[in-house]
Amino acid sequence: MSGSLDSYLVLSGLLFAIGSFGFLARRNAISMLMSIELMVNAVNLSVVAFGAFVPKLQTHAAVIALIVIAVAAAEATVGLAIVIAIYRNKKTPLVDEYDSMSQ
Amino acid sequence: MPITDTIPMTGIRWDDVLFIVLAAILIGSALLVVTLRDIIRCGLALTSSFAALAGIYVLLGNPLVAATQVLVYIGAVSVLLLFAIMLTQTKNAPTRLAFQTQAWAAAVAAAVIAIVIAVTVTATTWPSSSQRLWTSTSDIATMLFGTYVLPFEAVSVLLTAAVVGGIFLAHREADRPGEDQV
Repeated sequence: MSGSLDSYLVLSGLLFAIGSFGFLARRNAISMLMSIELMVNAVNLSVVAFGAFVPKLQTHAAVIALIVIAVAAAEATVGLAIVIAIYRNKKTPLVDEYDSMSQ
Repeated sequence: MPITDTIPMTGIRWDDVLFIVLAAILIGSALLVVTLRDIIRCGLALTSSFAALAGIYVLLGNPLVAATQVLVYIGAVSVLLLFAIMLTQTKNAPTRLAFQTQAWAAAVAAAVIAIVIAVTVTATTWPSSSQRLWTSTSDIATMLFGTYVLPFEAVSVLLTAAVVGGIFLAHREADRPGEDQV
């Protein structure tokens, strides 16, 4: 089971689906950011899995995974800063109350 | 005494046991992240899912990525998320109604995504070896600072921009006359 690419890819797909559910269903902006982190991790898992099973991709996959981790960290920084900035103006972390443009 | 490949007398491979345990922790805590109502607990469950994923990277023979996962995700991103949670949650934040009203549709969509990915993955014949490969860290270093040196530099510029942008967005502006302070 641990020796086949399929099981890792299915695990990654499951994680991605959970993340997308969280992103669509949660009301809290920070919960949505957490779900994005889950989805990024799922994609990274599939990249590393391909690297571990396809000899031609081996080191490329590791480098790509490291770059993805760095970019995800940058995304988390900016995302959380935006949430904090909006919270300071609207006094709520719930995304469905950010409705100034519809008024 | 060296540890054998399989558990004695049962013939189950250690790798399989580790994979199942880590995958169960990963999926279980990911489900907790999206379902728990208390958002601090969501953050802690997210940390444990990062840790399980680091274990899976080790199982995939990639210790450098696993170490980076621990340093960046468990060490930095989790702490950042927990700080942001503490900064934005008010005392009377609604713990009921954690979900949008269309959460059931989101659940259906997520189930469809999971099923489609699982079916596609199992139906495809991947050009892969049946043996997991161990990725050596020095090979990664040669590749990162050779072939991929331009993306590496681009990422460093991106990180600098993100840090500066994060500080700019999150810092409290001094009171300016003529603007109503909310």
